[in-house]
Amino acid sequence: MTSPSTAPILRSKHLLGIEGLTPFDVTVLLDLAETYVVQGRATDKKTALLKGRTLINLFFESSTRTQSSFELAGKRLGADVMNMSVKTSSVSKGETLIDTASTLNAMRPDILVVRHQDAGAAELLSRKLDCSVINAGDGAHEHPTQALLDALTIRRHRGSFEGLVVAICGDVLHSRVARSNLRLLSMMGAQVRLVAPRTLLPCDADRFGVEVHTNMKSGLAGADIVMMLRLQLERMAGAFVPSTREYFRFYGLDREKLSVAKPGALVMHPGPMNRGVEIASDIADDVQVSLIAEQVEMGVALRMAILDALSRGMS
Amino acid sequence: MKRIAFRNAHLIDPASGLDAKGGLLVENGRIADVGPRLFNDAEPNDPEVIDCRGLVLAPGLIDCRVFTGEPGAEHRESLESASAAAAAGGVTSMIVMPNTDPVIDEPSLVDFLLRRAAATAKVRVLPCAALTKGLLGETMTEIGLLQEAGAIAFTEGDRSVANARVLRRALSYAATFDALVISHAEDPELVKGASATEGEFATRLGLPAAPAIAEAMMVERDIRLVELTGVRMHFGQISTRAALDVIAAAKTRGLPVTCGVAAHHLTLNELDVGAYYTFRKVRPPLRSEADRAAMVEGVASGVIDVIVSSHEPQGADTKRQPYASAAAGTVGLETLLPAALSLSHNGDASLSQVIAALTAAPARIFGLPGGTLARGAPADLVLLDENEPFVVDAEKLRSRSRNTAFDGHKFSGRVRATFVGGECVFDAR
Repeated sequence: MTSPSTAPILRSKHLLGIEGLTPFDVTVLLDLAETYVVQGRATDKKTALLKGRTLINLFFESSTRTQSSFELAGKRLGADVMNMSVKTSSVSKGETLIDTASTLNAMRPDILVVRHQDAGAAELLSRKLDCSVINAGDGAHEHPTQALLDALTIRRHRGSFEGLVVAICGDVLHSRVARSNLRLLSMMGAQVRLVAPRTLLPCDADRFGVEVHTNMKSGLAGADIVMMLRLQLERMAGAFVPSTREYFRFYGLDREKLSVAKPGALVMHPGPMNRGVEIASDIADDVQVSLIAEQVEMGVALRMAILDALSRGMS
Repeated sequence: MKRIAFRNAHLIDPASGLDAKGGLLVENGRIADVGPRLFNDAEPNDPEVIDCRGLVLAPGLIDCRVFTGEPGAEHRESLESASAAAAAGGVTSMIVMPNTDPVIDEPSLVDFLLRRAAATAKVRVLPCAALTKGLLGETMTEIGLLQEAGAIAFTEGDRSVANARVLRRALSYAATFDALVISHAEDPELVKGASATEGEFATRLGLPAAPAIAEAMMVERDIRLVELTGVRMHFGQISTRAALDVIAAAKTRGLPVTCGVAAHHLTLNELDVGAYYTFRKVRPPLRSEADRAAMVEGVASGVIDVIVSSHEPQGADTKRQPYASAAAGTVGLETLLPAALSLSHNGDASLSQVIAALTAAPARIFGLPGGTLARGAPADLVLLDENEPFVVDAEKLRSRSRNTAFDGHKFSGRVRATFVGGECVFDAR
């Protein structure tokens, strides 16, 4: 069930971002993930590839799907998985991130999966720890496994990325998912569009080789894939957009807006969704267009592939 | 088909450059034909013929800055009473500020205003919505939904947003919808409690005063934010040379910035406050003579785009107070045109320039179909005798409030008739 070769796949022992990966790396990772899709659908989902290895999930931000996805990926490969949910309150006991890292390092983990509210946190840990570090989201910087699982999902439906029009819609400003996807999809030859009100677009977004749209219909026109982003609740109350009803009216994905996309266009969302804010329920639940559930399944397979790939470099 | 033929008119249409004797034909509320030779040879064969006897026939005026009391203070001014004053002043479109009670910050309130206007007002009423909820300067309003409901611009009226972070996001969001934002430029902390412009005169009177630069400072800040966000910004009224210079420089740099001036800042200076004459207490306060002259120059040079009334009704209760406690504001719909015409009578600007600042320029800034005598435009017209003497008598004003800064003032120029969509709404022929 595991991949036939044990030769190293990635040049780095860490996965900190899409930046640093080549199109070849991505293709190999996605190919490897395909084998884990098969494994995940089998009756016996477990192998012993990572037997004896320790994986620590260190989450400074709450997460349901990413954390459980890594946990399941580790367990299906036979690793020992430990979850450390560090609520902001307990960090305020005074320990710095570096001190936390040293403590963990002393426990001799093999792989550390980290999510942190600050950009660059995974990078910092990778320099302080002996083990492999996987970035599960750092601030508004990168969330590489999300972008890779999105790519896996897209490739399974469209075959390749070349010339695909992908519209990434919503809170691009605060989104690490958008940044990682934009890097990955552009690198693989897709044409990426960012769609958001100006308050939710990062400065100089047009300098990333993407089209920037503030009108959702023009942004969705002819799109193959519509990727919705979550709008954080605290950003809806007037600071960045005036209200949820206005946001849904102009930037929420409904049938009318989706109708201008390419016939057969597919809808994605990294979750968790705000129904009636960024996406209408009937679209989220429409299995003909929504890939949202499939993204979760691909998440486990893709993360197994990442754990596999990183473990190959370990002695 | 309803037809009205105007003949022997002095047609002035700054939008098309027309300034000639001629005629104009109205059909079904729109201008069907216009030109120097129209009706010259033959009597028009129409049911209604108006012989203008050489008087000026111009597009109806668009007053970009009108405060009414509806909803919430109808005892001072309703849309109906304001529209009667507007019609008498040749104003066919009033752009109304959202500073009412409740504040116009909800789509349903824009809808309410439009329905009330349709039911009661003689002239067109174009509502502005608040830029921030409750005019509190904290959270932006639903600019997209308000725009769909019919709000033509977004403004805090006579307030400035103090918090630059809030303003930056609101402007950025407004730019998303290509919405026009009208800014009021007065640093709120500097002008707090002030009722005059700092200087010798205010010192002699012992009035609490604010420095004139409180205006230019905010204009400068706002222009930086225009540059950052790309929003279209109109400064509702400026009153100082310093602000004028900042706007002139921004226009030279190609920024989407326009501005207006109130008729009273073109015609009065701080000395007109005289012996604590509260009816001349306005916001921003009357300025030095040098600043007044700069405003006239600004209209003549075109840096100032529009002339507004800044019509702000106040009752005797709020005006008959010691100067510092009295409310600011003057009614102005009926005196806007005569006051503005003083620029052409004094030779500071041409008649066409003055009319442009009241018609073509506001139509361009706010994207309105009127403000022109072009074929197909709505038949919003004013017939005026630019030379007729007009002594302002507060008691004869149609506005429900009589707080005019110009009581007893002698102007030249008077409206003879006003038409909105081809209907006569004021007739003093």
